[in-house]
Amino acid sequence: MTTEMQNEAEIFRGTTEGKTTFKDARSVRGTPKQGMPAFVLGEELAEMAKSDDRIVVATADLASANRTNDFKAVHPERFFDFGIAEKNMITAAAGMAACGMVPYVATFASFAAILGAEQIRTDCAYPRMPVRVIGTHSGMSMGFYGSSHHALEDLGMLRCVADLTVICATDANHLRAILRKSADHPGAMYIRLGRGRDPVVYDEVPDLEIGKAIRLREGSDITLIATGSQVRATLDAADAMAQDGISVRVVDMHTISPLDRTEVEAAARETRAIMTVEEHNMTGGLGSAVADVLVDLPRLPFKKHGVPDRFVEVGPPAALYNAYKLDAPGVEEVARAFLKGI
Amino acid sequence: MSDRSNVNIAVLEDRAKLIRTETVRLTRIAGAGHYSSTFSCAEILSALYYAQMRIEPSRPDWENRDRFIMSKGHAAIGLYPVLADLGYFDPSELDTYTRLGSKYGDHPDMKKVRGLDFSSGSLGHGLSVGVGMALAGRVRGLDYKTYVMLGDGEISEGQIWEAMSAANHFQLGHLVILLDRNGLSIDGHTEEVMAIEPVHDRFASFGWDVQRVDGHDLEAVMAAFGNLKDGTTGKPQAIIFDTIKGRGVKRMEMSLDWHVGNLVGDDYDDVMAELDAGLQPYEPEPAE
Repeated sequence: MTTEMQNEAEIFRGTTEGKTTFKDARSVRGTPKQGMPAFVLGEELAEMAKSDDRIVVATADLASANRTNDFKAVHPERFFDFGIAEKNMITAAAGMAACGMVPYVATFASFAAILGAEQIRTDCAYPRMPVRVIGTHSGMSMGFYGSSHHALEDLGMLRCVADLTVICATDANHLRAILRKSADHPGAMYIRLGRGRDPVVYDEVPDLEIGKAIRLREGSDITLIATGSQVRATLDAADAMAQDGISVRVVDMHTISPLDRTEVEAAARETRAIMTVEEHNMTGGLGSAVADVLVDLPRLPFKKHGVPDRFVEVGPPAALYNAYKLDAPGVEEVARAFLKGI
Repeated sequence: MSDRSNVNIAVLEDRAKLIRTETVRLTRIAGAGHYSSTFSCAEILSALYYAQMRIEPSRPDWENRDRFIMSKGHAAIGLYPVLADLGYFDPSELDTYTRLGSKYGDHPDMKKVRGLDFSSGSLGHGLSVGVGMALAGRVRGLDYKTYVMLGDGEISEGQIWEAMSAANHFQLGHLVILLDRNGLSIDGHTEEVMAIEPVHDRFASFGWDVQRVDGHDLEAVMAAFGNLKDGTTGKPQAIIFDTIKGRGVKRMEMSLDWHVGNLVGDDYDDVMAELDAGLQPYEPEPAE
C-alpha cells in the first residue's frame, strides 16, 4: 500500500493512526505519524464548551472524519449525530439556537453548503440564528472522490446571503481563533475548512477579528489576496518572487462576507496590481468579492486565480493543485505572468 | 385574553370564529390571502393557544414556555389575530398587514412578530426546527413541549421524514405534530397530486404515537390534547386532525379555487355574515 492510498483513506477515518481498512497493516505502522492540523475542531469546541454551556455540536455521520468525536468524548450530552440527513441537522440546529444554544454543525462542505444551502439561508441567516455551519474538506481537497464531494461553489452560493458571515480557516491555529471569536458573534456563520492536512501559516493562535483581513507580507509591486487553503501556497510564491526583487504584499482574506473593503482599497491605492488566489470556482468566490470592491475604484491591473468554471478532473489532491496551478510554483507562475503582461 | 378560568368549548368556538373573520378582514387589506388553509386549522389553533399551551403572553421570552411552529407558514394570517388577542401586541398593528414595512407578511418573520417562536414559509422545515427545540429543552433541563403544525401536502417534503426519524431516534416525547389533514394541496386532492395515505400507519411505522380525530370538533380536539403524555422522553407524539379545507364558508369548503383568493363587494359581507352564524353542518358537493 502506498502512502498516498493511506492518506486518502484518512478522509473518512479522521486519522492516519491505528486501524486501517486495508489488509496490509504493516505499511500503516511503518508510515510516519501524520498530524491532522486543522482538525482541532472537536478538541477546541470541547475546551470552549467547558465554560460555555450554550455550545452544542452535531454532525451527519462524519464524527470521525471531522473529529467532532473529540467533542463527544468530553460532552456526550451535548453532541448529536443526525445520521445522513444534513438538511434536518442544519434546521434542527436553528431550532436549538432559538432556544438559547450556540450549535456547531459539521460535515463535508459539499453537503453542508451545497445540499444545505436553503436551510442555511432560510432557517439560520434569515432569522439570525447563531448557528455555525462548518464545511470540512472544501474545494477539491477530496481529490479523486470526485465532483460530488468537491465544494468549489460554496463561497459563491453563500456570500450573497444576507446576515450570513462566511469565513475560511487557514490552518489549525487560525481555526482555533475563528472558533473562539465565533461563540459570541451575532447571527449565522459558514466556516470553511480544508481537509485537515493544511500546511501551517500561523505558528500561534493569531489575534483575529472576524471581517478584518490579516496582512502577512508588506509589498508594493503586487498584492496577492488569498483565502483558506491557498494562503500557504501564496506566501511561498511571494517569498520566491521576493528573491528576484519583486515586492509582494500578501493578504489572508479569511472573511469572504462581509469582505474587508478597507484592505482591498489599501491594496488598490498602495500597490500596482492585485491578484486573488482561491481554491474555488473563479466565478463567485473571493475573486468576485474583491472585484465587487474594485469596480467602485480607479482601474488597476487585476487578476482572479482559482479553478476554471468547469468540473475538475479526478486525481489525488496534490496532483490537482499542481494541474490547476494552485500549489506554490503554480501560483508563482501565474503571478509572474500576470505582472509581465501589465 | 390570557386568563383561562372561563375557557370552555363555547369560548373556543368563538375564538375560532375570530380567526376566520380576521382572516377574511386581513385578506381584504392584502388583496389576496390563504383563506381555506387557515379555516381548516381554526379550531386546532383556538384550542392550542387558548386552552392547551403553557404560555404567558406577558413573557414571550420565558425559557420554559411551550413552543409552537406554524410549519405551514401560509396559515400565519390565522395566527396573528390569536397572538394579538392574547396580548402579545396591539391588535391595531394588524391593520398594516402586508403593507410596505409591516411586521406582518403572508409568511411569518420571528424577528418582527412578538410571540412567534420561529419563522416559516418554506414547507418541510418546521418539524426539524421542532426537533432542535426539543433537543435544546432536554440539554437545558426544561420540560416545555414543542408543537409543530404541518400541512398534509407539506409532508411530501423529504426533510419531514428526516425529522420524523430523528424525533424517534432521540425519543423526543415532548415533540408533538399537529397534522392539518384538510385533503387538498394547490393542484388537487393530496391523494391525486401525491398520496400521503395511509398517514396514520406511516407515522406509526416511524415510531410515533398517533391519534386521529375530527379537527373541527373541539371536544375531540381537547380530548386528543388531554391524551398527550407528559415528560421529555419516549415516543414522539402526533395528532392527525381530519379537517375540511375552507371549513366555515360553504363556497370554499373543499374547493380548489380558494387556496389563495380575495373576496370583494357583497361577497365579503355575505361571507362575514355566514361566519358570524357559526359552523353549519358540512355538506359535501354531490359527486359529479
